[in-house]
Amino acid sequence: MTAALDTDTALGKPIRRKEDAHLLHGQTNWTDNIQLPGTVHMAILRSPMAHAKITKLDVSGALKQPGVVAAYGAKELGELNGGVPCVWPVTDDIKMPAFPALAIDKVRQVGDCVAVVLATSVAAAVDALDAIEVSYEALPAVTDMEAALTSGSALVHDEIETNACYVYKMPCGDYEASRAKADVVVARRFINQRLIPTFMEPRSVVAAPMGMSDEITIWSSTQIPHILRVLLALVTGIPENNLRVVAPDVGGGFGGKLQCYREEILVTNLAKKLGRPVKWTETRSENMVATHHGRDQIQDIEIAATKDGKILGLKVTLLANMGAYLQIITPGVPLLGMFMYPAIYKMDSYDFTCTGVFTNKTPTDAYRGAGRPEATYAIERIIDELAAEIGMEPMELRKKNWITHEEFPYTTVAGLTYDTGNYEAATEKALAMFDYDGLRAEQARRRASGDPVQLGIGISTFTEMCGLAPSRTLGALKYVAGGWEHCTVRALPTGKIEVVTGTSPHGQGHETAWSQIASSILGVPVEDIEVIHSDTGRSPYGMDTYGSRSLAVGGQAIKAASERLVEKARVIAAHQLECSASDLEFINGSFHVKGDPSKSQALGAVAFEAFTAHNLPPGVEPTLQAEATIDPEDFSYPHGTHLAAMEVDTETGQVKLRKYVCVDDVGIQVNPMIVEGQVHGGVAQGIAQALFEGAEYDEDGNLLTASLADYLIPSAADLPSFDTGTTVTPSTSHPLGTKGVGEAGAIASTPAIINGIVDALRHLGVTDVAMPASPQTVWRTIQAAKAGAK
Amino acid sequence: MIPVEFDYVKVTTIDQAIAALKAGGEDSKIISGGQSLVPVLRLRMAEPSVLVDCGAIDEMLGVREDGGSITIGAATTHHAVMSNPLVQKHALLLAQATATVADPAIRHRGTTGGALAHADPAGDVPAAALALDASFTIAGPGGRRTVAAKDFFLDYFTTAVGPDEILVSFSIPKCDWGSHYAKFNRTAQAWAIVGVAAVVNVEGGVIKEARIGLTNMAPTAVRASTVEAALVGASSAADITAAAMHAADGTRATSDLHAKADYREHLARVITARAVRAASGI
Ligand SMILES: Cc1cc2nc3c(=O)[nH]c(=O)nc-3n(C[C@H](O)[C@H](O)[C@H](O)COP(=O)(O)OP(=O)(O)OC[C@H]3O[C@@H](n4cnc5c(N)ncnc54)[C@H](O)[C@@H]3O)c2cc1C
Repeated sequence: MTAALDTDTALGKPIRRKEDAHLLHGQTNWTDNIQLPGTVHMAILRSPMAHAKITKLDVSGALKQPGVVAAYGAKELGELNGGVPCVWPVTDDIKMPAFPALAIDKVRQVGDCVAVVLATSVAAAVDALDAIEVSYEALPAVTDMEAALTSGSALVHDEIETNACYVYKMPCGDYEASRAKADVVVARRFINQRLIPTFMEPRSVVAAPMGMSDEITIWSSTQIPHILRVLLALVTGIPENNLRVVAPDVGGGFGGKLQCYREEILVTNLAKKLGRPVKWTETRSENMVATHHGRDQIQDIEIAATKDGKILGLKVTLLANMGAYLQIITPGVPLLGMFMYPAIYKMDSYDFTCTGVFTNKTPTDAYRGAGRPEATYAIERIIDELAAEIGMEPMELRKKNWITHEEFPYTTVAGLTYDTGNYEAATEKALAMFDYDGLRAEQARRRASGDPVQLGIGISTFTEMCGLAPSRTLGALKYVAGGWEHCTVRALPTGKIEVVTGTSPHGQGHETAWSQIASSILGVPVEDIEVIHSDTGRSPYGMDTYGSRSLAVGGQAIKAASERLVEKARVIAAHQLECSASDLEFINGSFHVKGDPSKSQALGAVAFEAFTAHNLPPGVEPTLQAEATIDPEDFSYPHGTHLAAMEVDTETGQVKLRKYVCVDDVGIQVNPMIVEGQVHGGVAQGIAQALFEGAEYDEDGNLLTASLADYLIPSAADLPSFDTGTTVTPSTSHPLGTKGVGEAGAIASTPAIINGIVDALRHLGVTDVAMPASPQTVWRTIQAAKAGAK
Repeated sequence: MIPVEFDYVKVTTIDQAIAALKAGGEDSKIISGGQSLVPVLRLRMAEPSVLVDCGAIDEMLGVREDGGSITIGAATTHHAVMSNPLVQKHALLLAQATATVADPAIRHRGTTGGALAHADPAGDVPAAALALDASFTIAGPGGRRTVAAKDFFLDYFTTAVGPDEILVSFSIPKCDWGSHYAKFNRTAQAWAIVGVAAVVNVEGGVIKEARIGLTNMAPTAVRASTVEAALVGASSAADITAAAMHAADGTRATSDLHAKADYREHLARVITARAVRAASGI
């Protein structure tokens, strides 16, 4: 596995990750490890009620407790009680209620911040919370999306007079005409349940006035230091130039740290007000209620087709749970799915409607895949149901309708143009790895013998749109920022290289992969390249890491900046070698005069010349560096075929994933080992949605799955070893030929699992299984089907 | 969260432990491996003023042979218990049940005696202790007493060990019957939805006697006595399945997020049949 560093081709090698040694040796610098002299610790009094009037709040008792420096409710905080921003107002008439960091007069979710205490130790701050006097008058909690939309429902926000946040429509073609032509119409309601992005490192934030200037430095366990800086400047009124945001080592995010959280606003404002460092780290219990959640959509989907399996049209009607407030891109998440319901299939029409709904629950927002897992789940599930309805093999139905590899670039009914793809090749490879025919034969045997353990095969042939995103497309969707990415590449006087990126890794391995890209262009060994990131003071420009964008967009910037650096170096080298720039070839990190092997100059030597500047060509500025800011031409469209063999114990409802095969096409792979790691993690997370995870609330809006004893996340012991493979169809709209991979596994795997379970039980009359497919749910589904069949 | 402030005392004899409990008054508590107590403290569901650590009392550590029984010190870790040769030879069911507790890290800290004293209805060890007819040695201000398994588990998180008392050890009559602990749960580290601990004496292909403990089917672990009686004379899978149909008789299963009571009862029947078949080889 270790790299024999052949500098010309570091690209594409499974080099071990540079960043892993410090992770494995406990040398990480988590935000909570940061200890600054004079720090005060913030503890938060959170609402135990989902919806209530705050009838009394008196923080004065806390002030008398040992170690307490300050205590605030919304009233005491006044102007400093900043509002949490939402940057994606998806429609002109969207309702955007205020979201103050500390609740004013009312609480709207369990976990709402009511008051804060600042003390010289965490323990003192937590103890003093007990001395705050607070009382509530309960209001009816809005917990059910459909009930929330009926007249007479209690309102989450009185002032906007409805629980409907927005209605978004995208009609493509004439669905009613397709429906009229169809022989079969299959309709289903799927529940894409609420999930909690359970990253390993809890959120943590430290803000400190830096003394010698007006600067406030904020260290936060965030995915988006650059965006956070802009938002904190807008929210707090602290001049942007005085704010520096650093994301130290960040232990996972999955979208949950793509946010400008109320705690970040409070800590920043309080550090400024108190003139000393303020620190807050969430407990796991806080994390479960106060970190944004993901998914939570009711999906009504209808597919119209001919009886021989030609898809004519698709209609999707969503209710998307916003939760109690809008956070950074809460309303936009379902729209990221909107484009993907038609997926890899050709059809004449597609009709999409989404209603965003307020409820007294934790706000939702991006979670690995953000909108596309929901879309992929619904389409891949309904395809299986259509296949069953018309009696066609589900893979045959897919083949009949998918875009063939000769048809790319292909503009889908939803208006996206997929640049490349080869669904046939990925599927063929996956079927061979899976032993599809052998498993189908075993399935038939088990059915015939009435085996209590039935076998099912689940298919998911997915694609997704990632690599967020072309700025003008984002603008058209009313997203208030661009989707470009920046890179500066610097050749230091000693020949070492700094790659300054605007992406912000939190586990993905950017330091290694970005070094490989730069190495392949500059001819400098990977270990001589330092990747600088996640600090607005050191890497001033960037749009950060989410939406599988870092390689797909940031990678292009690294390539472009590296190439520009070579071009500048070429001019200097030509001057030194006394030839014309066009006479030089750049091979393995050195410029060679064509036809004269004795004359050459290495990049490092050029860098030194650029540093001393003793002998530069006229008009060439000293120093050797180059930058590039790239706006991607289009989204990135990875795809693949995932297959799951599911065993279902019909006596208990227990489900076992016996075998999982996936073949992903993520285009050119910079580092296949990292690709495989991303696929593994993503697949595991998607399987977790299918089988284990699900945030549950009671009617009063209490989160029942409020600890990891009840919110089940699988460990390695609960999953088989996945068989992963790849096909390589380079992207033509991305100069490196790469596509995004960060979310693919999580998008693809969920429907494969549920399709497999339904396939195992279809002969018993089962046509759907709710997620998570817990043993009890599966057992009750079987009982209901048997009762129905009688 | 952070627990409320408390004092911590580490003792080396039973007498010191009893004295420390007494000195601490009502709010004092024993801490063993802390794997159940510390989460409770961190959630501030208990606010003891003093914790008495019994982890250095020799008598409470390790496993020894006592004629027809083996005796296990209450402060012996789950890991030490399940990997002990005496336990594996004479009380295999206990090793089997203990091996399903949580994960290796927790089993290296948590103690089997702590789990028994804690008496979580979803805990795996109590059902095994019941099926193995364990007896418990309890020490208190008034001296020592021995309590049989059937009288030990009283209610949710309540045992015969009084607030001023200590569980010193528990003894298990040597048992070489076939045994199996079947734990039904959703992820490897999760608590049992239902567990069945079975020891079965088979002679000539016929069940002579069976003892079955159920996990999480009542406020405490319970014996499935109707099944035990119905199993006598069983010699086929069908016999076992028929006997196991009584597994939920007399139980008081609760409903929670993972299972409603009726599903627990159904599982108890299915899992009991499977556990008995595995234990008996029939
Ligand atoms: C994540 C997690 C998962 C778990 N999963 C499981 C599981 O699947 N199955 C399972 O059975 N258990 C599980 N447990 C609990 C585990 O078995 C604990 O180790 C056990 O319940 C308590 O043992 P302990 O030594 O840690 O006791 P402690 O936590 O120290 O004490 C528990 C209670 O018993 C009392 N106590 C302890 N020792 C004595 C004594 N000698 N005399 C009198 N009172 C005493 C204490 O005062 C306290 O009230 C899990 C624990 C965790 C943290």
